[in-house]
Order: sequence, then structure tokens, then C-alpha cells
Amino acid sequence: MSELAERVTEICGQNVYSCYQCGNCSAGCMFTDEMDTLPHQAIARVQKGDASVLEMDVSWICASCFVCSVRCPRGLDVAAIMEALREIKIRQKGFTKLDLRKTDLEKLPQIAITAAAQKFTW
Amino acid sequence: MEPSLVSDKEKIGVFACHCGRNIAATIDTERVVEEVLKHPAVVHAEHYEYMCSDPGQELIETAIREKRLTGVIVAACSPSLHEVTFRETVKRADLNIYKCEIANIREQDSWVHENKEKATEKAVKLTKSAIEKIIRNEALSPIKVGLHKKALVIGGGVAGIRAALDIADAGFPVVLIEKTATVGGHMAQLAETFPTLDCASCILTPLMSAVAHHPNIELHTLSEIENVEGYVGNFHVRIKKHPRYVEPDKCNLCNECENVCPVAVPSEFDEGLSLRKAVFIPFPQAVPSSYLIDANACLGMSPLICGKCAEPEVCGPQAVNFDDQEKIIEDDFGAIVVATGYELYNPTNLGEYGADVYPDVITSLQFERLLSPSGPTGGIPRRPSDEKIPKRIAFIHCAGSRDERHQPYCSHICCTYSAKHALLFKELVPDAEIHSFYIDIRAVGKNYEDFIRRVQEETGIHYTRGKVSRIYEQDGKVKVLGVDTLLDERIELEVDMVVLALPMVPFQGVKDLAGKMRIQIDGNNFLQELHPKLHPVESATSGIFLAGAAQSPKDIQDTVSQAGACASKALGILTQEKISHIPTVANVDEENCSSCRFCISVCPYRAIKTIDDKAHVEEVLCEGCGICVSACPSGVIDLRNHTDKQVGFMIKALAGEI
Repeated sequence: MSELAERVTEICGQNVYSCYQCGNCSAGCMFTDEMDTLPHQAIARVQKGDASVLEMDVSWICASCFVCSVRCPRGLDVAAIMEALREIKIRQKGFTKLDLRKTDLEKLPQIAITAAAQKFTW
Repeated sequence: MEPSLVSDKEKIGVFACHCGRNIAATIDTERVVEEVLKHPAVVHAEHYEYMCSDPGQELIETAIREKRLTGVIVAACSPSLHEVTFRETVKRADLNIYKCEIANIREQDSWVHENKEKATEKAVKLTKSAIEKIIRNEALSPIKVGLHKKALVIGGGVAGIRAALDIADAGFPVVLIEKTATVGGHMAQLAETFPTLDCASCILTPLMSAVAHHPNIELHTLSEIENVEGYVGNFHVRIKKHPRYVEPDKCNLCNECENVCPVAVPSEFDEGLSLRKAVFIPFPQAVPSSYLIDANACLGMSPLICGKCAEPEVCGPQAVNFDDQEKIIEDDFGAIVVATGYELYNPTNLGEYGADVYPDVITSLQFERLLSPSGPTGGIPRRPSDEKIPKRIAFIHCAGSRDERHQPYCSHICCTYSAKHALLFKELVPDAEIHSFYIDIRAVGKNYEDFIRRVQEETGIHYTRGKVSRIYEQDGKVKVLGVDTLLDERIELEVDMVVLALPMVPFQGVKDLAGKMRIQIDGNNFLQELHPKLHPVESATSGIFLAGAAQSPKDIQDTVSQAGACASKALGILTQEKISHIPTVANVDEENCSSCRFCISVCPYRAIKTIDDKAHVEEVLCEGCGICVSACPSGVIDLRNHTDKQVGFMIKALAGEI
């Protein structure tokens, strides 16, 4: 098990090695156009311990809509894995992805605020 | 240390095996030999590299003859591996096989310990424990009983047909029962079969006809198992035969009844893609070759309401009989083959694929019917919604298989049948565009890889690696939402029709049947074989064998092979004059039985009953598991050669008290 995968499992309880790369998460995801890599590929990188996935925006674009988690044939909570990737980054000292004070909350739909709650750090 | 009380007649030989390094690396077998020789009953002990080899067995035989041994202990691997081997060895030297015991110093000692000193000490104790047992073993002979030289085959698909024909051809009577109105099973529905593209009907219907006419086969359709009692060689079975309402001997297939019948319901044979009447024949080549009435659909079970089909000017031969009754058939059998087959997984469980909402999302068996020349569209595939010939079509592999939310297993045949579908479809609709969404192509079987390659090269099929997330309809078009995991692209594809490659699941009612027959099912409800490699067609109940897709998803080749294996195993029983059974069974001291019946309730083999209010063990049913022995509050049940007294001495030996 890669160090990164162990960390992900520790945070979200999901075993990324269950993933057999069927791509169902990417097929159902509504935000892939905005992502620099697809969800199943992000998981493949975690399996191989490739930390470059932490610098990609795939997990930050994830809206936690859970379509991937609901349809994963291996029963993986893919959204939780995305959250774990964000957590790893957030816990790095001095990291800021989103500044709440600069965000115009009134214009944001509620679901985005809920999802973004996992992305804030201040 | 007290010497154990033994008759001085006992002369025991101990043979310690090195098992190469498996045992010798952790256990000092030389010391085991030295230690056991101190036991008063042991007159001979030696160790050897491979006791199970021919020279090893020779050592045992020679020692028995030269030292006139009365018992043999082999300190070696687990008895489940070589007990049979060594018992055959002692038999050759004219020693009773129950005077040979195994001390398991491999699995229970050398493999699980590292400290050589302590492991050796344990090996000595294990061996001494076996010595305490064997000096108190009785010489036993197998229990022998007569048998019924007749076989029962449950299920009339290709597996049941093959098994029945093989047994019948060997000269033994067979009763073949089938739940539906005809034999043939799912294979009769198929268009052509991979990888050779034989037409399914052309290779199956001659077998169906052979079943109908074989002098040794008694066929009962519309029949189910009601109850199974007894044991290998002597199964007593009650079969419930539902009424057909048309007498097969009189029916001349004139189809006049069908013409006047006012009721139309979806045809099971065409997977709901066409309609049939309440009086119908499943398909023209059905066996038995006769119409029947579906009582649930028929209006006129009382002639006052309808009864048109029974009128003399309609049914000339007067074959329609509304008074037909359910029958119970009772018979005795020596062996049973269970070949109850499969169903397709229900596509409505896959909500995101919308098979219950969109008419043009169909199952793989429905597509077989559309490809079949005898199918509802006459062999030209037309989509269900508007009967247009679809031009762009998508196949979804693993629709419900390899999926924790549905069926976790690989259904084994879908990759190859989907390729076959693509090939047949392309031949019928040459300008078709075919997309196949797969996760992995698993074409495992003789010549299957060649077949897939042919399909890839000849049909121009677009294989896309990626599972489909959702199917939906927009503007009268079916849309498939997928991904190409190799090109990193999401795909939204508009198609005319989608075919779901659904997994095979065991037929409904398998649990009920397994309960009646005392056979086991696995985690996915498939019938459980005794051992996946060494006993792949035997159930855990002796005399009951498993064939076809009821045991696991499989193709026709494997199904027919397994059916042949079952027939061969069944014949192995039917050709015997007597059935042998282990004599190490439970034994009740009936005089002291308190009639509490507790043993009856715990016996997993239903081997205990009461005679004159006292527990009585039906010895051929008893498998010697010992549950009743430990359950009996009066302590009046003992297991032959595993008596409480023996076990007591064995424990003392293990504890180092003797």
C-alpha cells in the first residue's frame, strides 16, 4: 500500500485498491470538463502513491454530489476519497485554497456552500 | 507418569514423516521415535522422508507383517490429505483400516510453530494421544445397504438433458423433471452459439427429441420437487406435477385452440417481446410436443365463462381437459442430478439504466430473441418501441455483475456473447454502428480469444473501455453517458437501442430446493460443490450431483461437460450392488435413553428418529459428526472409535498425564 493510499484510508476509511478502474465515477461526474484529470485517474494515482494528484484540481472541483459514490460498482465512496485528498492538502501548514472573506456568499447556491465547507481553510 | 492401561495384545507401530522439510525443519522426528517407543504398546517406530511415497508405504506394510502390528500411527500431515492413502496401505497388509490413525504434526504443529524444542515436544504428545486412541479402536467394517438403480434429474435445460441421456444410454432408468412446459431451457431461446456460431436449435432440438423418445427416460414437465427424504442409493422423492389441461397424447398441434382463445399475455419464450395465448405451445419444437393451458391467464377454467378451445369443432381430438388435476408422483432413486439452471438478473434493479422505463433498453436474452430466425421479429432485429431497425446500438458489459451493489461475481459468458451479438447484428444490419462499453474483456474458453479478435477485426465495432454511468431518453433518442478511460474523455452517445449484458443468477426458489435436498448454497446463492477442485460436481450430500449454471455462471461447453461428469458420478453409484457407508457413526445405549429428543433436534443429517420412544440412529444417514454425542444430557450416545473414554485418554496424553 502506498503511503498516500494509507493516508487516504486513514482519513476516509476507503480502500482505494478496491478500484478496478471501470471509470463509472468519471462517466457520471458532471464536472469533468473543469477537471485537469478524471476521478478514476486520480484514484489510480493514489493507488500508485503519486503525490502529484494533490496538486491537481480534480478534488477541488468535486462538488460532493455523490453520484460517483452511489454508482461505484466496488462500493467505494469516491466523494469521500476526494474529500480525503483535500484534507491532506488543507492540513499542510500555510495552505489556502479558498478565502471565505473574499467569497461572495450571497451569489453562491447553497449546495456549493455546503460542498465548499470542506474546502475552506483559514 | 502412569502407564496407560492397555491389553498386552496391542502392538502399535509409529511412522513419523519428515514431509521433506515441511515437518523435519521444525520437529526432531528422531526424538519423536525415541519418546513413543517408551509407550508400553509401541513395539515399532521409525521415521522417513516421505511416508506417503511408495517406499514409505512399503516400510509400513513390511513392519505390519514382520512385527505383527495390531495398529498403525502415521505422524504426518492432516488426515484430510492422506488418511485414505495410509488406510489403503494397512489394508494391503491385512490390517483393519480403522486400526490406522493419523497424528497431524504438520498443519497442527510444524507449520504453525517455530521453536523446534517445543514443537517436537508437541509432536510427541500428539502422537501419544493418537496411540491412546488407537489401542481402544474397534476393528470396523463399512455399513452396506442396498440401493435403487434409478436416477432423478432435476431441470430440463441442456445440462439436465445431457445428464439424463448419458445415464439412460448406460442402461439405467431416469426420471427427468422440468418446471416449465418444455425441456430445452434457455439454450432453446438462443440464436446462435459462440464461438462456432452453431444454430442453438440445430444442436439442441435433436437432444430434446431424444429425451422424448428414450425408452429409459420418464419425462415430467410442469413438475417440481415437493420433498426429498433418504440418503445416497435410497432417496425417496415426492414430485408435484401441475396440470397441463391438454392431453399431450391427443393434441395434434392443429393450433385451432390458439386461434379461438381470446386471451393474450406476454410470451415467456420471447422474453415478453411477443404475445401468446392462454392456450399455447411455448415454441413449435417444444417437448412434449403439445399445447397446454396457462390456468392463471385462462378465462374459462369454468366452461361457463369461456371454454372455446374445448369445443368439439375446435379441438377435434378432444385433447383439452379442464378437469386435469395436480398429481403427486412418489419414487425412489439411487442418485440425483440437480441442473436447475439460471435466470438473468432483473434489469429493473439497475435504476440508472432505466430498463423498466425505456422500451429500447433491453436484456441480452431479449436481444437473442430479436436475432433468432424464430423470434418475434422474424430474425430481423427491430427495436421494441417503434419496430424500426436500429442502426446505432450500444452494448453495456457488466450490467449488474462485478458490482458490489448487485452481483459481485463475473458472469463468465457476457463478454463473449456480447461480441457474438455484435457480429450477428452486423451481418443482419450491415450499415449498423456498434458500440461496446466494457471494463475488461474476459474471453476465457477454448477459441474465445480468436472469436473476439474476429469480431474486432470484421465488424468495425467500437470497443470503449469504461463503465456506463447512466442511460436516459431525450427527444425520443436513448442517450448513454459513459467514459473512455483510455482516451480520458467523457462520452454522451445517442443510440437507437441499448443491450444490457446482465449476469446469470440462480433460478428463484434455489434456496427452497437446496433446503429440501439438504445441499448447500454459496454466498451468491449458487449451489455449493463439495470441493472446488477435487469434487466440483458433488454436493456435500452424498449421491446428489450438481450440473450447469445452477452451480456457477458458465457457458454451454462447461455445462455439458459438467452434466457428463454428473452422469458418470451417478452411474458410479447405480452400478454398485451395495452402498458402503462409514461405520464410525453414533451409537445409542437405547436402554438408558431418557427420550428427551434433544439429539433429534441437533442432528444436521436428520439421522435420528425414535423407535418405541427411544432414540435410534439411522446408520447410513449418520456422518459421524458427533453433535448428538455432546448434546445428549444423559450421556448415552457414543461415536464408534471416538468414545468419551477414548477422548478422555487422548486429552490426558496431550496434557502429559500419561
